[in-house]
Amino acid sequence: MSRLRDKFSAQAVLQALAAPMLALLTAFVLSSAVIAATGEDPFHAFYVMIDFGSKSDSQVWIVNKAIPYYLSAAAVAIGFRMNLFNIGVDGQYRVAAFFAAVVGGALALPGVLQIGVIILVAMAVGALWAGIAGVLKTTRGVSEVITTIMLNSIAGSLIGYFLSEDKLAVKDGNLFHTPTIPEAARFFLIPTTPDPIYGTVIIAVVIGLAYWFVLGRTRFGFDLRAVGRSESAASASGVSVRRMVVTSMVLSGAVAGLVGMPTLLNKSFSYGTDFPTGVGFTGIAIALLGRNHPIGMALAALLWGFLERTGLQLEFEGYAQEIVGVMQGIIVLCVVIAYEIVRRVVLRRQQSAVGAELSAQGGQGGQGGQSAPREPGGPGDPGGPGGPGEPGGPGEPGDKSAESTQAKKAGTTA
Amino acid sequence: MRRVTKLAAAVTATAALALTATACGESSTESGGKKNKGVGLAFDVGGRDDHSFNEAAARGTDKAEKELGVKTKEMTAGNNETEETREQRLTSLAKAGYNPVIGVGFNYGKSVNKVAKEFPDTTFGVVDEQSHAKNVVGMTFAENEASYLVGVAAAKKTKTDKVSFIGGVDNALIQKFEAGYVKGVKDTNPKIKVEVDYLYKESDKGFNDPARAKSMAKGMLARGNDVIYTAAGQSGAGSIEEVSKKKGAWAIGVDSDQYRQKGLEKYKDAILTSSVKNVDVAVYELIKSVKDGKPLTGNQTFSLKEKGVSVATSGGFIDDIKDDIDKATEKIVSGEVKVPTRP
Repeated sequence: MSRLRDKFSAQAVLQALAAPMLALLTAFVLSSAVIAATGEDPFHAFYVMIDFGSKSDSQVWIVNKAIPYYLSAAAVAIGFRMNLFNIGVDGQYRVAAFFAAVVGGALALPGVLQIGVIILVAMAVGALWAGIAGVLKTTRGVSEVITTIMLNSIAGSLIGYFLSEDKLAVKDGNLFHTPTIPEAARFFLIPTTPDPIYGTVIIAVVIGLAYWFVLGRTRFGFDLRAVGRSESAASASGVSVRRMVVTSMVLSGAVAGLVGMPTLLNKSFSYGTDFPTGVGFTGIAIALLGRNHPIGMALAALLWGFLERTGLQLEFEGYAQEIVGVMQGIIVLCVVIAYEIVRRVVLRRQQSAVGAELSAQGGQGGQGGQSAPREPGGPGDPGGPGGPGEPGGPGEPGDKSAESTQAKKAGTTA
Repeated sequence: MRRVTKLAAAVTATAALALTATACGESSTESGGKKNKGVGLAFDVGGRDDHSFNEAAARGTDKAEKELGVKTKEMTAGNNETEETREQRLTSLAKAGYNPVIGVGFNYGKSVNKVAKEFPDTTFGVVDEQSHAKNVVGMTFAENEASYLVGVAAAKKTKTDKVSFIGGVDNALIQKFEAGYVKGVKDTNPKIKVEVDYLYKESDKGFNDPARAKSMAKGMLARGNDVIYTAAGQSGAGSIEEVSKKKGAWAIGVDSDQYRQKGLEKYKDAILTSSVKNVDVAVYELIKSVKDGKPLTGNQTFSLKEKGVSVATSGGFIDDIKDDIDKATEKIVSGEVKVPTRP
């Protein structure tokens, strides 16, 4: 047993490091090749990025930029963990921020109270908007991918309809925006030099902790992941899949509702025609990149901010404007592919290790090769949700042939 | 195992934090040069070669390069970008020593006025927005007046009594084009139906999505419209292309004299006229004033009266209705006709 444990833990360490290293290295090489193909010097480009990106004002910029990205990724990841593809975070956060801005601009409550109301309205509207997709999925069987995409489009039209002068907006030059939120109801700033960091970074931290705790440490989170792994198995063990689908869509939408808050409460103080769009889609990339892991997504969000910050500087230095977009794409692809490659390699090794162990015991030798044990602590399913830090836990309860190995593993993983 | 992954993540995070912490101190602003390097020009989405709005501004800097011997640094906005990004772009230009720094398009309205406060010795310009700071020049145009005139042309040229308008984004600025155009058509012939549509409700994608403009124009042509006025920056190329495929249909260009645009040469015989915004003149004058040491300041409006906007006659397609256009021009200049700014 102890021999087995050593082997597994060594492999896990190797795997934990191998995948990100492989991904980073490949991304680096490919990006260099692309830059070189445009006839520019890739090494100078990386020098510019690191030099400019590490300046103090860049750091503040990157952190501020990463806040909505992180919230968006968390919203997407909640869905991913139970195999729901919430493509609608984009529409959810925009509708949520819009109505939160309308309420915030209309009220004049004592400061803290009003901030609370604004945030609650945003979460409620986001939850409601996502809930539509959840209810349609459970009652009519409509794929949430389709409904959420369509709801994005409806969200845009809805906002466009209300965002005119005779409805809920005021005109300011060429822009229309909702009435400005009073000064007392704005979120605080963390006074760093030269520019302040948005106080809403607190919201991101709280959501990160809540994400980790609820999904990893509660029965609800366990049920949610169980449904994600196998719906039939989950319902066989008494989990109401329908209720889980609606609940997790609503949760995902509530978190999505927060995505607009850093901008609304720390920067623009109103929802206007210039309110950021597309953050919901960025969130999908960041959730993939961060492997749905609370810390992984934080690093991914910061990386994204870093790339955007330095991308502008690259354009300034004469590189093509699109280089950073290409880099972002390459990085996401490399991460997904690298984790999958490493997962397969590790899986094969484990299979042969378990097979050898079993045949040495003389028991059901040979079975180990077929019943692929779920590698502990490994990344989730191929190309999909489920991330590092996934305990051997729910596994596939229906997978009887693997039961004996599962049991052994439980001893090694716990 | 979980612990190991978490440990690894924690170590990485700490390392990253430690790295960033050591870098604190120097801000990128401190390492900028101070010498004047020329003109910093920040384009809106679509960029220099949009054959329309941005290109009009680029003509201004091109002229300045030739005649005043100044250098120009150009940067271009991307889709879905946020206020932070625009601020950074303008800051980079000002910090590097470019003067004047010009934001092309109303999207730069807020950011120009904000960044200008941090660089009091630099002159900033913004096209299509008002100035709210001492060192900012706001250059706005009477798009509604030029649109009125092309509306007159459209009304005179339509055979089906159906004309249409495509706007890039449904915002106050583009509504100005719509309002003028519709009024121009209706004042000429109240019986003509005007179909109005916008590519996007609220996303700047409307200014660089030629494919969408193309399919919208296709629908309008199918419904019997035979003159289409597109005010949508780079997207306009799509609708002009579609119109050129149909015999007897006319496209009306915007911002630049689109008949003369190299990139649209293939379709020029379908371009009836264009409502021209002399952004190039405004930009050139601003650069010249900075070069001469007497930088302009405050708001500048360019209307039909100052020839800040006009109607293009290239191609000679509207020569036969020149009298009507001239009459309408007189009425607007004299104030007899008030052109609305919103539909």
